[in-house]
Amino acid sequence: MFTPLVRTATAVLTAAIISAPAMAADLVINYDDLNAAPKEAFETAVAKFQEANPDINVIVNNTDREAHKTAIRNFLSADAPDVTSWYPGNRMAPFVDAGQFEDISDLWESEGWSDALASTKPSMTRDGKQWGVPYTYYQWGIYYRSDIFADNNITPPTTWDELLSASAALKEAGVTPFTIGTKFLWTAAGVFDYLNLRTNGYDVHNDLTAGKIKYTDPRIVDVFEKWKELVEPGYFVENHATMSWQEALAPFIQGEAAMYVMGNFSVAAMREGGLTDDQIDYIPFPTINPDVARAEEAPTDAFFIPANAKNKEDAKKFLKFVVDADVQTEWNATLGQLPINKNATPGDDKFIQKGFETVSTAAGLAQFYDRDAPAEMAKAGMEGFQEFMVKPERMDDILKRLDKVQERVYK
Amino acid sequence: MNTATRSDIPKNRSWYQRNRFAITPWIFLAPAILFFTLYVIAPIFQSIWISFFEWNGLGAKTWVGMGNYVELMDDDRFYTSLKNNLWWLVLYMLAVPIGLAIALFLNQTVTGIRLYKSLFFFPFVISQVVVGLIFTWFYNPNFGIVAIIWEFFGATPPAILADEDLVTFGIIFAGLWPQIAYCMILYLTGLNNVSPDQIEAARLDNAKGFGMLWHVILPQLKPATFIAVVVTVIGALRSFDMIAIMTGGGPWGSSNVLAYFMFETSLSEYGFRMGYGSAIATVLFLIMLVYISFFLYRMYQDEKGN
Repeated sequence: MFTPLVRTATAVLTAAIISAPAMAADLVINYDDLNAAPKEAFETAVAKFQEANPDINVIVNNTDREAHKTAIRNFLSADAPDVTSWYPGNRMAPFVDAGQFEDISDLWESEGWSDALASTKPSMTRDGKQWGVPYTYYQWGIYYRSDIFADNNITPPTTWDELLSASAALKEAGVTPFTIGTKFLWTAAGVFDYLNLRTNGYDVHNDLTAGKIKYTDPRIVDVFEKWKELVEPGYFVENHATMSWQEALAPFIQGEAAMYVMGNFSVAAMREGGLTDDQIDYIPFPTINPDVARAEEAPTDAFFIPANAKNKEDAKKFLKFVVDADVQTEWNATLGQLPINKNATPGDDKFIQKGFETVSTAAGLAQFYDRDAPAEMAKAGMEGFQEFMVKPERMDDILKRLDKVQERVYK
Repeated sequence: MNTATRSDIPKNRSWYQRNRFAITPWIFLAPAILFFTLYVIAPIFQSIWISFFEWNGLGAKTWVGMGNYVELMDDDRFYTSLKNNLWWLVLYMLAVPIGLAIALFLNQTVTGIRLYKSLFFFPFVISQVVVGLIFTWFYNPNFGIVAIIWEFFGATPPAILADEDLVTFGIIFAGLWPQIAYCMILYLTGLNNVSPDQIEAARLDNAKGFGMLWHVILPQLKPATFIAVVVTVIGALRSFDMIAIMTGGGPWGSSNVLAYFMFETSLSEYGFRMGYGSAIATVLFLIMLVYISFFLYRMYQDEKGN
């Protein structure tokens, strides 16, 4: 009955079905970074894991970060991988609440991670349980052109007054003090977070993003008043609302602007733009209120096991592998970021060294405004920050509007 | 079979054979009806239904009744989007007369006219995303062509895409470029069908210039005009890709339109409020419904007239 073609096809199919169990177990990992350094760091680690576990067949799906943010909502329920990258804090909340991430508190318990990963444990915890493992974090702060500072005899500021006088001196010399690109909003949140952390401290940051403090609260108004001292004299580049953070690098690289409130990932782009390590340097954001303990922004990236994963055993094996001190050392050396395991060694790059120093001595680590606040609040808030940076005279209207949004979001 | 007599046939005819004139059209229509119902009609009701809930797309839905609509009525962003949508509708209409003008200009026989027509049609062929990107560069206050022109006259170039008052017009202007090309091509095909006899006759009656255009040519172009208006209105109401690529609704939401606002609230990184997004979609649908009914009514009248 069967034609030869059908018979061959059947044979192949049967062979495939029969041989499947004999093959290695599949471990599907969804990752979300196609940029050169993160991709290389991830792929190197996966290759090492594969080598150590020849019985596991690792399948990697690496997508663009923005695409991943949308796709995750589909693949978690429809076609769950065994491991996926995602973010801790409020960003993991919807998935945890919907029961789509696996509770791995037992792993944290048995592996003693509460000690080794102590710095990031709070952000991985929700409802008293841990839902994933971090694999990297990075510092924020002010990246500045040390050559321009030296040319104008300006010392790197450590206090608010020094920052203002340094800015005035730069402006005098025809250099815009700060570059920033607020087209995609979040960069403005970085500035806001630091002003808030330095003026009011870590607890106020958390209370604000948790909806316990109003935006018209005098403490938050103070933050905006401080911000005005930078906005009104024109200490930020013009037209920042048209630029992405990458586009805003251009004035920095060309020497038209001298400081950038940014995350450490920007260093790679600065170097690509032709700046050498002699021209750029890093300082933590200056002190505003000396009575406030120094907290830092350190957004963390993490891995999670979806509740619908097929191969949870091997997924756990992978998570254990990821947080291992040696793996962490190597991974973050390639990535140019900070290892989350306290037993790992940070890379010998000067920015990593300084960042590690800054972050490990901080009184508290904030994720970031748009990861700590619920998505809808974050969007409205960051639009408000952007508007404020262009139209500071609208401060009162903006703050009232944010109160209105807050009232609705946290009800 | 061959032995059957002719008189048997009517008795043995199946039910289908007796009714096939009534049934066959439905069989042909069935696939279209099925898929249209499944992918167009059903989702309309589904999204109206969802608009009565608070839902993040993952967890359980919470019934809030008209809550989303009440909130919408009190949302500044909604009014900004609505206002911008009206600007889009009004200014996008410019594409129709400009398209006509270019079509009239190109409707001549000189060497290489095919090339010129293709060049004018080109913006419609390239993706809207590319158009958006190109105009973003044009408008860039540091290196864009707009900045260069402004600086030539010694003025400080405006940051069009960062200015809440200019941004919508900047995007509409970019959107007009391909839309004019579309209207032009519609009119060019229309002009091919203008009857030479009538023009000849009009000439003999001493018609020329604008009078000729208004009284002789335009009436013959009525079908083309109708289609041009239809596609332009639809284009204006669903303006989305330009906004997404050029500003993302910014600065601070001032270039938003309903379609993008809906996407932003329900599907973007900071959204996932499915209920609220559906409420916006429903309002947009109602606005379109006014227009669609008019369109269907016109079609019906025309068919009846013939």
